[in-house]
Amino acid sequence: MESYLLALGILDSSTRLAVPLLCACLAGLYSERAGVVDIGLEGKMLGAAFASATTALATGSAMLGLMAGILVSLVLALVHGFACITQRGNQIVTGIAINVLVAGLTALLGHVWYNQGGRTPSLEGDARFNEITLPLADTLGAIPILGPFYAEVISGHALPVYLAFLAVPLTWYLLYRTRWGLRIRAVGENPAAVDTAGISVPRLRYSAVLACGLLCGIGGTYMAVAQAASFLPHMTAGKGFIALAALIFAKWRPVGALWACLLFGLLDATAIRLQGVTLPGIGEVPVQAIQALPYLLTVILLAGFVGRAIPPKASGIPYVKER
Amino acid sequence: MSTAPVSLPRWADVVLLPALNVGLAFLASGLVVLAIGESPFEATALLLRGALGHAEGLGFTLYYTTNFIFTGLAVAVAFHAGLFNIGGEGQAMLGGIGAAIAALALGALPGIIALPMAILAAALFGAAWAAIPGWLQAKRGSHVVITTIMFNFIASALLVYLLVDVFRPTGMMEPSSRVFAAGGKLPFLHDIAASLGIKLPKSPLNLSFVLALVSALAVWVLIYRSRLGYAIRTVGANPTAARYAGISPERITILAMAISGALAGMMAVNEILGVQHRLLLAFTAGYGFVGIAVALMGRGHPLGIIFAALLFGVLYQGGTELAFDKPNISRDMIVVIQGLVILFAGALEFMLKPSLARLLARKGGA
Repeated sequence: MESYLLALGILDSSTRLAVPLLCACLAGLYSERAGVVDIGLEGKMLGAAFASATTALATGSAMLGLMAGILVSLVLALVHGFACITQRGNQIVTGIAINVLVAGLTALLGHVWYNQGGRTPSLEGDARFNEITLPLADTLGAIPILGPFYAEVISGHALPVYLAFLAVPLTWYLLYRTRWGLRIRAVGENPAAVDTAGISVPRLRYSAVLACGLLCGIGGTYMAVAQAASFLPHMTAGKGFIALAALIFAKWRPVGALWACLLFGLLDATAIRLQGVTLPGIGEVPVQAIQALPYLLTVILLAGFVGRAIPPKASGIPYVKER
Repeated sequence: MSTAPVSLPRWADVVLLPALNVGLAFLASGLVVLAIGESPFEATALLLRGALGHAEGLGFTLYYTTNFIFTGLAVAVAFHAGLFNIGGEGQAMLGGIGAAIAALALGALPGIIALPMAILAAALFGAAWAAIPGWLQAKRGSHVVITTIMFNFIASALLVYLLVDVFRPTGMMEPSSRVFAAGGKLPFLHDIAASLGIKLPKSPLNLSFVLALVSALAVWVLIYRSRLGYAIRTVGANPTAARYAGISPERITILAMAISGALAGMMAVNEILGVQHRLLLAFTAGYGFVGIAVALMGRGHPLGIIFAALLFGVLYQGGTELAFDKPNISRDMIVVIQGLVILFAGALEFMLKPSLARLLARKGGA
């Protein structure tokens, strides 16, 4: 029973650690499925984290923080769209520009506004997303095995966590069961065919890029206003890049994204707990080895040694109508 | 929106358009400074004075420039082959590991023997770390952008592990290696000048600056005057045509990545062998990413890269001094400028092209 509770604890923290990854991963999924590669996920989340923390601090409302986070992320998504879709600029370069620009701007403004080396003052009370206890968590918690799982792992998270997990079935439905989803997938594989059918390629791609911005906004807000209680410069710490790795792992599919992000969250959670622990038969595993594992696994997968990850055919290529 | 291909006269394409783009980036930076309640003109004056106004500042400026020449060249060589190497950061870390191993092992020998070996080790380690993504791209089709990002994180984990568990002398708290013996230290330029009887103020500027300039010349010869460089540019322009011309794009991809990684790895020569004289955490400090802005601004040409690197050297050194005088304008401002340069000179490179072409055509027609 004790080890079961320990396992639940690890699952609980993996769930929390997986949330920003899941948001960014699904965000990247919309964008790349529509043919726009986005390595600026990191920057959008960081921008959203900053905007949400400052707004929540000023207004005392976590909800308004979420709105502001999403808004800033959407604006960054429009910059990405303008450069990549309208101007047909290099998508990688644009992503890097957004990452670097946001990293600088948030640290600079945080420093000027709050004078604490770039971090924002702590958020308290309703300025943070508090944990939601799902109905009957206490009552059902008494049921053996499943009860504690419900009470520990499923219940007791902040609102953005549930938004992120709801986004998985929603994304699946939008992509595979709606006309818009079909067109999004088509425009990422063969934009010329979509164009021939009389549908605007730029408009579709813009809509995908905005969906990407929306999700990054939720992910960034979660990091600053729920997971932590303030904004810290560079607080996304590469999450946007692990999300890209998870996206490859998921082979650009929503349900796969869920599992990949949970797996990477689990690795993160175990890395924290395994610090200085000696495993029987293996000895002490360096924490760095576990931290590097998501990246290593992604490279192996990309290399096609295990399974094969094939990106959408037209991703990364600007669409030129007149040929 | 409908952009029929427009063409510009060569001078406008090579000089005017990039200058306008960089101008836009600085204009936007000025607006940011204005927005935080400072004067952009005063800030620029302070920045320039801090970077170029005195000998010590100039030494620091050229020391930063050295890093940016290496990382800028690294990005540019890959660019010419049509590859985007954003793993400069990781390759520099590996370069540092290589340089440190050599300097720790051979430091007791005279510098004339130990230093070339250490520089070679830095280049080889960096090259190997970039050649793997190159090989994966060429043979397995894994996109080099993603793999180099992943390799950055793997390199950083590796560096932390080595520093904490292997290189750190027992009893030391800070994760860093021991200081190299005399043979593993590149001479400072103020020391060289002093031995010639010239007195220069102390600065981290060292012999690797000369190495950086030589590397720029070597890259120019490689790209524009050698058979391999021609093959690299051909593969970058059109891999299919290259194959018909008997060039193997796979081989060129791996080679170009290796050369690119070697250059990024040599950044560690400046930081590790030249200044710190020991291996430590986070010595790459984002310089690998600055290389992207430098290469874009310099348009992939070694001469352009030297000037762009100098500009970023001025920004880094001047920005540090500016942060002293104007605490509101922290060093993060430099990162903002860097982002804006990448945005306007890279991502929005052709935004002004159609209107510029119209403007020039009207002038020409009248």
